[in-house]
Amino acid sequence: MKALQQHKGIVAPLDRSNVDTDMIIPKQFLKSIKRSGFGPNLFDELRYLDEGKPDQDSSQRPVNPDFMLNQERYRNASVLLARRNFGCGSSREHAPWALEDFGFRVIVAPSFADIFYNNCFKNGVLPVVLDEKIVDQLFAEAEANEGYELAIDLEANTVTTPSGESFTFAVDDFRRECLLKGLDDIGVTLEDAGVIKSFEDKRRVTAPWLFDAGA
Amino acid sequence: MAGKTLYDKLWDDHLVKQRDDGSALIYIDRHLLHEVTSPQAFEGLRLAGRKPWRLDANLATPDHNVPTTDRERGIEGISDPVSRIQVQTLDNNCDEFGILEFKIKDQRQGIVHVIGPEQGATLPGMTIVCGDSHTSTHGAFGTLAHGIGTSEVEHVLATQCLVQQKMKNMLVQVNGKLSPGITGKDIVLAVIGRIGTAGGNGHAIEFGGEAIRDLSMEARMTICNMSIEAGARVGMVAVDDTTIEYVNGRPFAPKGEQWDQAVEYWRSLHSDPDAVFDKVVEFEAEDIKPQVTWGTSPEMVTGVTGMVPDPSQEPDPIKREGIERALKYMGLAPNTPISQIKLDRIFIGSCTNSRIEDLRLAAAMVKGKTVSPTLKQAMVVPGSGLVKIQAEQEGLDKIFLEAGLEWRDPGCSMCLAMNADKLGQGEHCASTSNRNFEGRQGFGGRTHLVSPAMAAAAAIAGHFTDISEMNH
Ligand code: SF4
Repeated sequence: MKALQQHKGIVAPLDRSNVDTDMIIPKQFLKSIKRSGFGPNLFDELRYLDEGKPDQDSSQRPVNPDFMLNQERYRNASVLLARRNFGCGSSREHAPWALEDFGFRVIVAPSFADIFYNNCFKNGVLPVVLDEKIVDQLFAEAEANEGYELAIDLEANTVTTPSGESFTFAVDDFRRECLLKGLDDIGVTLEDAGVIKSFEDKRRVTAPWLFDAGA
Repeated sequence: MAGKTLYDKLWDDHLVKQRDDGSALIYIDRHLLHEVTSPQAFEGLRLAGRKPWRLDANLATPDHNVPTTDRERGIEGISDPVSRIQVQTLDNNCDEFGILEFKIKDQRQGIVHVIGPEQGATLPGMTIVCGDSHTSTHGAFGTLAHGIGTSEVEHVLATQCLVQQKMKNMLVQVNGKLSPGITGKDIVLAVIGRIGTAGGNGHAIEFGGEAIRDLSMEARMTICNMSIEAGARVGMVAVDDTTIEYVNGRPFAPKGEQWDQAVEYWRSLHSDPDAVFDKVVEFEAEDIKPQVTWGTSPEMVTGVTGMVPDPSQEPDPIKREGIERALKYMGLAPNTPISQIKLDRIFIGSCTNSRIEDLRLAAAMVKGKTVSPTLKQAMVVPGSGLVKIQAEQEGLDKIFLEAGLEWRDPGCSMCLAMNADKLGQGEHCASTSNRNFEGRQGFGGRTHLVSPAMAAAAAIAGHFTDISEMNH
């Protein structure tokens, strides 16, 4: 996994609440058996005017000029600013894969759906929760100033605006550590293989029906 | 010290290790797999040279991409080559790693959340995960069950554990008795309507109260299935006689001495009387009417006798914009009575409502009647091959076919339209599935979530009708 310590980038404001993972990456693209290549279909139904199909050349499709990511000023954005309950719905990890593949490394919102929040960390994308009032302020500033950038520091847990105003955010230690160091968390867990094994052995005795059952 | 909630008990029983950083390793008893969220996980195992930790904890089946017709041809019957590769990849991975899979031609194939309980592969007291958010369904059995992402699918395959933070406890209490015709689907939609799609974020919900205890296992599964639509990854119901009777005799269920030992443990799987919940919400069952969603989020719901809301009456600006956007997408004017929404298609199926009880309720509604000529299509998709067989033994297929509904082969089908079953642009569908998001059932499609009985009644009438007013 890609590590992330500090990141500074252009902010793209997506002004709607309850953005679900079907909207982030529609189901027809979930047929891929790969982990990459989802970027061109990020927000497909918002971004294009036609119906997206897998294996299409997206550069030839009619784009929705009203959608924020189609505006020149947000083309190179790497920080997504979003509203309440971002990433709700399906558990598809294709959603953070698509965001990351497009170039987003940080998502700032007042709240995230649980599974999506967790999936982001596994893919080098940092979800940052800030108070709704602060998010409102960031929306206003990002929309008013072309080239508006935020600087995110995961070591200091801060988000800093171009004017130098700084906000702190909370993130739990394990996820933070994995993302800072780009750790393979399966490797981390397997360091405890002995503990898992002895838990399992005990369980075979106390709940034997859970083992080797079935047709 | 206060007593424990059901969630506390399940958590404690599966805690392998509490780490210093606040995270915990939780042991996973059952891992369910399907074709959409597993290929990259198997690929990850291969790349790292890892093997599954414990094969007999895993059970796989293809469901999202399988066609609901032409099934004798097996994989060859999947017309979309990309879908076919995905199903083939699951077969290859399960064969290579030695994981039990109910393949497309196996009569035990079905939607992953239908087959787990049906096989007794879902047992009380288990931790159950699957790369699918509706894994919450299995919580109906007093299990700790939730959806995970593909990286976690790989993590569970490799370690039999998940890294977790403990959630908070929430109780949704439904008091009293339901009115005739009201089902689990109406309860859960009413709950989501009240607490919102983020109302359960960060919480494990336990559903309790007289109305829940009176429900069948099928109805409890419907409710737990949609707890994720209220933001809660986990929805649970305590174990009681209904649970134990349902499990008894199923292929994976314990037998003989082990059965007695298991039942003794399962009887402890309820919240202690003095357990403390972080959040409690109460409902009166008699207030719950048949529910219909009018918008593009499950919280956009009202009673069948209600109306589409008027955004100008909404004080919260973010919510107002959400309503305006939803009405535009749905092609609905404010204050339209729900019964006047024009319908094009009916879909009865999905992991929310495709079990035998759901099909019986739907069949009872259409028996001896005819589907409205104003509809383009009404289809019934059983949740598994075994549900299909049982329904046919009971003659339900004939009732549907005689009324003019289509009787299909099992799978996810038009719940998310990854196979050939989908809505056309602008079409309205009364659907027994769980998500009415934009484009969910097809590009530009418009979904109204309802119970199977409501969908079936709408198939006959051509529009939504208040079934609680019918023949009772
Ligand atoms: S029926 Fe629908 S919600 Fe259920 S697993 Fe299939 S696609 Fe997901």
